[in-house]
Amino acid sequence: MSELPILTIITLLPLVSGIIIAGLGEQKKLARGLALASSFLSLALVLVLWRSFNVASGELQFVEKHEWIPTLGVNYFVAVDGLGLLMVLLTALVTPMATLAMWRVEKSASLFFALVLFLQAGLFGTFTALNFFHWFIFWELSLIPAFFLVRLWGGAQRAPAATQFFVYTMVGSVAMLLAFLAIFLATKTDSAPGVFDFPQLAAMAHDGSLNVALQDKLGWRLLGMEFTAHQMTMLIFGGVLLGFAVKVPLMPFHTWLPATYAEAPSGVTMLLTGVMSKMGVYGFLRILLPIFPEQMQWLRTPLLGLAVITIVFSACAAFAQRDLKRILAYSSINHLGYCLLAVFAVAKFSGNDAALDTEKSAALNGVFLQMFNHGLTAATLFWFVALIEQRSGGLRSLNDFGGLRKVAPIFCGLMGIALFSSLGLPGLNGFVGEFLIFKGVFPLATCSAAFSVIGLLVTAIFILTILQRVFNGPLNEKWRGFPDLTLGEQALLSVPIVLMFALGLNPQILLGVIGNTAVQMVERLKF
Amino acid sequence: MLAWTVYISFLGVLVLMLLPKTAVREARAIGFASALGGLLVALLGFIEFKAGEILTISKCPWVPSLGIEYHLAADGVSLTLVLLTGLAAVGGILFSWNIEHRVKEFFAFYLALIGGVYGVFLSFDLFLLFVFYEIAIVPKYFIIAIWGSTRKEYGAMKLALYSFVGSAMVLIGLIAAYVVSGGHSMNVLELAQYPFPRDFQMWAFPLVFVGFAILAGMWPFHTWAPTGHVAAPTAASMLLAGVVMKLGAYGCLRVAMTLFPEGLEAWKTWVAVLAVIGIVYGAMVALVQKDFKFVIGYSSVSHMGFVLLGLVTLNTIGLSGAVLQMFSHGIIAGLLFAVVGRMVYERAHTRELSVLEGMNLVKAMPFAAVTFVIAGAASMGLPGFSGFVAELQVLIGAWKTFPTLAVITGVGIVIGVAYTLRAMQKAFFGEVEVKPTNVCDEHHHEMDAISVPERLGAAMLIGVSLVIGLYPRLLLDVIVPSFDSPLFEWLKRGGSQ
Repeated sequence: MSELPILTIITLLPLVSGIIIAGLGEQKKLARGLALASSFLSLALVLVLWRSFNVASGELQFVEKHEWIPTLGVNYFVAVDGLGLLMVLLTALVTPMATLAMWRVEKSASLFFALVLFLQAGLFGTFTALNFFHWFIFWELSLIPAFFLVRLWGGAQRAPAATQFFVYTMVGSVAMLLAFLAIFLATKTDSAPGVFDFPQLAAMAHDGSLNVALQDKLGWRLLGMEFTAHQMTMLIFGGVLLGFAVKVPLMPFHTWLPATYAEAPSGVTMLLTGVMSKMGVYGFLRILLPIFPEQMQWLRTPLLGLAVITIVFSACAAFAQRDLKRILAYSSINHLGYCLLAVFAVAKFSGNDAALDTEKSAALNGVFLQMFNHGLTAATLFWFVALIEQRSGGLRSLNDFGGLRKVAPIFCGLMGIALFSSLGLPGLNGFVGEFLIFKGVFPLATCSAAFSVIGLLVTAIFILTILQRVFNGPLNEKWRGFPDLTLGEQALLSVPIVLMFALGLNPQILLGVIGNTAVQMVERLKF
Repeated sequence: MLAWTVYISFLGVLVLMLLPKTAVREARAIGFASALGGLLVALLGFIEFKAGEILTISKCPWVPSLGIEYHLAADGVSLTLVLLTGLAAVGGILFSWNIEHRVKEFFAFYLALIGGVYGVFLSFDLFLLFVFYEIAIVPKYFIIAIWGSTRKEYGAMKLALYSFVGSAMVLIGLIAAYVVSGGHSMNVLELAQYPFPRDFQMWAFPLVFVGFAILAGMWPFHTWAPTGHVAAPTAASMLLAGVVMKLGAYGCLRVAMTLFPEGLEAWKTWVAVLAVIGIVYGAMVALVQKDFKFVIGYSSVSHMGFVLLGLVTLNTIGLSGAVLQMFSHGIIAGLLFAVVGRMVYERAHTRELSVLEGMNLVKAMPFAAVTFVIAGAASMGLPGFSGFVAELQVLIGAWKTFPTLAVITGVGIVIGVAYTLRAMQKAFFGEVEVKPTNVCDEHHHEMDAISVPERLGAAMLIGVSLVIGLYPRLLLDVIVPSFDSPLFEWLKRGGSQ
């Protein structure tokens, strides 16, 4: 283990450079140059972290733990396992992409790039913090830069969209906060004021002491009715669930998302869908699954049902949309629905059957991969949309285009690859995650998996519709002068495209790192 | 040494009174020096304080025949509030640097108010406490009535009447307690040990508690607060919300709850319900206000609800949350009023949100916008700021004692987010198209830059909120041990820790 507090450095770097950039004022070129340099430096640091990560272990690594507020059981506690590392890498990868996509932002550029870096710091913090208090700071603080990025640089309807985004997420956060306070109270012992550390809570859930504590110490009478211990724990679980369900989002808590993604400038949407949406799934994996396995198992049927609904309905909704950004927004919901499907399926069985273990770790591996791949693919797709908007002066409806393949063949080719990756074509990155998810979920929850396949089919239809309506067909005469990708753009975009192929053909690059974490997680699920 | 906070303030008043009317700059300098002196003394006292002790500052007979003493002392709770008073006082002066009208009188009243507040927080003799409490009310009235705006006579009168009704209730309760306990002493340490009969406590507790809680803005006795805050000049709103409301909460804790634990036990649910109504109602009313300052005024009612809720949770964590919330709200509300009253109102000459919406103030005064965004985030209770740690502890405490109310409070928090966002959007990020001939547009050219004292004040308050938010041990290490002192025996008797 390295001596340097590398995780702290990774989190602080964008924060510090963000503050410096915010102070630059009108020096736009310097601001964006610094922002890019900072995001590349982060990427380099994360790659160093990646190299020195011990892949043979699924345990938490690079641990830093210090006392912070002892009376509240609050520690400064950061560490990563395979999952955390993967998410940190994704953040480090998408931020420079978003910075490049928004290179030409004119309005208060220095503030814009500062907020992007603050958002990055919030994301790094969320993916590395392992104490509720510490983690919640980052979870909430990443909202503020995101809010302003949408509010100040968004499209025509940006004000209501940003407010809706903020208020929805806050409702979830408050519910989650209350639930964690109840847990904190219940875990109080004579020696400790209560527990906020995630690994400790997970260990308590594993040996059953958490449930005992929750049932013994919490009583709540409402209107003369006493809640039973079971209802009480379900209620607490429900609070935490709501927080994450809004963030992912799980239907029916998704309504903030299409408006927000569509109104945000495309570079910001890259960050929102590429990384921020993963915060929710990450919460499911890091917090709900290890800490509330019994409750998740108890609610498996409605949860699986919601996941299937999320997958199928969002695919259909995407098909019904005409705005490119809204299509991709619903497609994001759809893709993350697969992650949730797998998580709920894994929670369904807690037996010690070794055969199921393989399926479960396959499903979890699939979730991890799907999170990373969706982040990469969706960010790239929104980058392409940003380029289309730049060229068309803001038009982005399916009906506005047609036949662009003739005038912009390279554009069409590269975006086509990204679209096919989103569709899950074998050989590209999107396939591996979805394949592993379905491989794991079919034996665990056959019926749900079967219904979810409808989602896959509809996805194929709407993705092909995009290709058809935008790039094929007769050329819309208005766009005869539609410029193809410049050499510079080709060079930049080829990086994610190459990554898509690399990860699709050799998924072992990622699987090697996350494999043991998934096994470990399955192991800990037995109770 | 802490007694010098009181003396320095009143010394400042004396010197100011001797100044000639024309000596505007000198008056300002003396006001600032005196407030800063108070803050430094408070800081020194804070550093030297040993956690857990009750520090006797001075104790000498005053009216020996009645057992009344001049008794100044401090424990962790009062020390925290003394520190808050120092910070709010300095902040208030920085934000009233531009007062032109009757300058020396303004600062004289201001320092008298500060001196009274310091006195209340440090008095351990109830008679003395009451004297300082009254001293603090009078200058408040004059500051609002002379330097205020928007129906200032009405606001000032309402505030004074409410305060006097409250203090009359307190006085009756105190005298009764003095008589019942045998008439030997007004020392709070001794009275805390006296077992008042249960029947007596049953009526004395609500009388004294409500008497103080009026000043803390407890619903339904809060109506003075928004009108008073709005009418007051900036520095006075900062002090009103920042420290005067804390006087009420402090009185509830130090007098009503300490003296009448059995009454507290019997009435606590009622107080908690009123506190939560205050949290939710204050937030809902703030959501529909048209005047920017009223939004902040009602938000104060909402946030003080947390203090009252924390007080009656009757456990260490809720109580320390309440004290921390007093401190935190003092800082944040001060900052919000500074932005609204000083930065925005005195430049835009309006507080109507619908008019401000057309001005796009984020362009005209970016510093004010950034300050409000930060202060708003702190006020919403976002983690990283002092408000979060405080409200978190109050909520933990409330979960333990009143789970249903804790959940309802959650609704209040969400509405809190909504009204802050609404005010922020309308006031600073409005995008209503403004016709070139619009009057508002002309203001753009007149707006002065944000001055250095304003920047200093904002930086100081934001800094304090962040430091406490990220490292609350600074205060908690002083507050929590003081709950072991004999003054808080009722806390252990209450059963829950």
